[in-house]
Amino acid sequence: MIRALAMIFATFAAAIPGLAQKSPDNKELVTSFTLDNGLQVIVVEDHRAPVLQHMIWYRIGSADEPRGASGVAHFLEHLLFKATDTLEAGELSATVAANGGRDNAFTSYDYTAYFQRVAADRLDLMMRMEADRMVNIRLTEENITTERDVILEERNTRVENSARALFSEQKNAIQFFNHRYGVPIIGWRHEIEALDLDDALSFYRTYYAPNNAILVVSGDVTPEEVRVLAQKHYGVIPANPDLPERVRTKEPPQTAARRMQFKDPRVAQEYVSRSYLAPERNSGDQETAAALYLLAEILGGGTTSYLAEQMQFDTQVAVYTGAFYSGQSLDQTTFSVIVVPAEGVSLGQVEAAMDKGLADFIDRGVDPDQLERIKMQLRASQIYARDNVDGIANRYGRALSSGLTIRDVQDWPDILQAVTGEQIIAAAREVLRVETSVTGWLMQDAGIEAGVSQ
Amino acid sequence: MKHLIILMITLVFAGPVMGEVKIKEVISPGGLTAWLVEDHSIPFTALELRFRGGTSLDAPGKRGSVYLMTALLEEGAGELDARAYARALEGLAASFGFDSNSDSVSVSARFLSENRAAAVGLLRDTLHNPRFDQSAIDRVRGQVISGLRSDAKDPDQIAAATFRRLAFGDHPYGTDGAGTIETISGLSRDDIIAAKHVVFSREHLYIGAVGDITAQELGALIDDLLGDLPATGATIPGPATVGLTGGVTVVDFDTPQSVALFGHAGIDQDDPDFFAAYVLNQVLGGGSFESRLMDEVREKRGLTYSVYSYLSPRDLAATYRGGVSSANGKIAETIAVISNEWAKVAQGGITQAEMNAAKTYLTGAYPLRFDGNARIAGIMVAMQMQDLPIDYIATRNARVKAVTLADVNRVASELLQPEGLRFVVVGQPEGLENVTD
Repeated sequence: MIRALAMIFATFAAAIPGLAQKSPDNKELVTSFTLDNGLQVIVVEDHRAPVLQHMIWYRIGSADEPRGASGVAHFLEHLLFKATDTLEAGELSATVAANGGRDNAFTSYDYTAYFQRVAADRLDLMMRMEADRMVNIRLTEENITTERDVILEERNTRVENSARALFSEQKNAIQFFNHRYGVPIIGWRHEIEALDLDDALSFYRTYYAPNNAILVVSGDVTPEEVRVLAQKHYGVIPANPDLPERVRTKEPPQTAARRMQFKDPRVAQEYVSRSYLAPERNSGDQETAAALYLLAEILGGGTTSYLAEQMQFDTQVAVYTGAFYSGQSLDQTTFSVIVVPAEGVSLGQVEAAMDKGLADFIDRGVDPDQLERIKMQLRASQIYARDNVDGIANRYGRALSSGLTIRDVQDWPDILQAVTGEQIIAAAREVLRVETSVTGWLMQDAGIEAGVSQ
Repeated sequence: MKHLIILMITLVFAGPVMGEVKIKEVISPGGLTAWLVEDHSIPFTALELRFRGGTSLDAPGKRGSVYLMTALLEEGAGELDARAYARALEGLAASFGFDSNSDSVSVSARFLSENRAAAVGLLRDTLHNPRFDQSAIDRVRGQVISGLRSDAKDPDQIAAATFRRLAFGDHPYGTDGAGTIETISGLSRDDIIAAKHVVFSREHLYIGAVGDITAQELGALIDDLLGDLPATGATIPGPATVGLTGGVTVVDFDTPQSVALFGHAGIDQDDPDFFAAYVLNQVLGGGSFESRLMDEVREKRGLTYSVYSYLSPRDLAATYRGGVSSANGKIAETIAVISNEWAKVAQGGITQAEMNAAKTYLTGAYPLRFDGNARIAGIMVAMQMQDLPIDYIATRNARVKAVTLADVNRVASELLQPEGLRFVVVGQPEGLENVTD
């Protein structure tokens, strides 16, 4: 039975108030409830087209893997497309396709998610199959051997064939002394090669359960339809009483600035990338994260950002600048800055210019007009978001599997609007400290040119 | 009002499946044609403009001029220099995207209803009075050159460039629309202005709009925005000859996984057999997980993460192509498996069950494309450029269903050329030699 059915906003807002005045929001599209077995359910309605997206998010990702078995969360994600008690290997995807739909899955540090996009009248079938593979997979040794080769090729495609990806992987490993965010999601090659059936099944049996999952359905559905079908398919699966508490190793204080150089003959464009350890969005406590989000926009969010103005327009020492903050994270995250030098400018020079830019920014403070333009865009993004309810649905899935609540997601736009320039500078002073940072130089190695040997 | 506003509106109800996509043809007072889907549920509009010709219109020796011109459109207009322009756009919370490819230049705009007039005013200035300041030209050129340098050491890009050259030679399709470091280094401001004149004309223009706007409002908007463009545009180059021959071209590059592209001549979108070919490709290499290639190369043998094929019917040439990546030690086997599957389907065709599954997928998936205002605007512009009827959406699935197994297997034997398939492999593949027939 349903524990709580919370209609968050009963009626559709008839009109959106003028943007200049107030932030519109999308709360009215969203409904949530929880089944007795602990499965949390989110419904995001959009009745403009007879289409829906059905997703299951597990609160389990690569950062939850046992030591020595990196890549098992992602490996298991692949293996969930093999046989179950009632479906043959590949039959789930074939059935989705035969119904005109598309399906796939993805794995991150904090979550693993599976989804299908189909016509709105196929929800029953999607839920039956997704609920089935939550508990009934049947793996063979042959599945393991073949699929392990597939993910090794996936690692080749995503990482080994790209100097930038290899650089990021090494740099990230240096950023985290003691937290699993330092290990790549796809896994270290030597550990992927050693993954076996037991690794996959033990991870599956421990973490795949309704009380560790979030069901997110968006599109042309009503909360009532979702409730009835979810109860029918997922409601009958018992909760796992032995689900371990999600405990992660923590970073010790970081007190040593680190520097690295990565050289590869495949590098054509050198650049400097620096990441700083940064706090993430925490439930009920998102103000610092909101300030960091705006800091990234102000410093490196595009043509009008501070670093672009300084380094691309005024001194012209860079062809590209950017700042990034990934606040949606279960544990401590990073704030990073990238600068790509202009022709004839060395990595040392462009890094010095970046450091000067960051210091000047903190001294001068935030330009109020720039902050207001960014806030205006954020308010407008709430309107544009309603054109893509799958995007809203994904936001909830990611947040809820990363330690946030529905309330946190819905409070976020107002928290962003309330951030002041002083808070942004305070957050910059707190986070942009070199002793928690890694500065990486991606460099050319003397070497090869591609050539046709015909 | 000086002008009498006459709007001719054809309302097409696109059938039960696509009940939500109701396309109106709007002919503005000034005589411009646009396709519109009116939807007032969200207070913004997506406007898509496309100008046929694209980077294939580059003047001789000026390769990259259309690409660079398009990239410079967001670098200032009228009184606003690059920075002031970007700030103005941010203040309106509108977004303008400018893009070019070998067949067209596109303008994808999104703006709120509450400040539509100001946003369209800025877009008007962008198209009519772009500044092309020398400082912006130099800065953006630096970015393009940086990108070209990276492409030169990226196995995917090296494969694409090699494939393009082998397929199309001296035709504009044979080279990168972004130009080379040498050609774009030589471009002057006058070359950029010349490229703008070549690209923008009413003759080559196609318009789609979706969202919170009425037919009458759209008619006035496009007249204001586009009515002053020249009536006629540049001559579009003639068709390209697909020069691919069977064999393997290896580009030596030190990387652990070989990247391969493959293909031969394809089929035009207006060919009566196009839908049969489309169904055929879905079975051979079009499905995400359920295709012959995916099954043989990935599911059975674990040779790759991704293998795919697709029909590529462009304005000036059609090819049938695909791609795959495998470790250097495995790519030879991968290529053998793909060649074998190509030959098997050419000779033996596909089964009734495979065709049925492909048709169910293609017809069921079609409505899923119409998922958002910008997406629908883009689809409507593409339909106009392909000269499809305004009721096409309602009839498209019937066209797929009408394909017979005999059609598909006849097309398989005609279209697939196992002996003519060219593989371009970038990496250090083991056991593969350059083969030229």
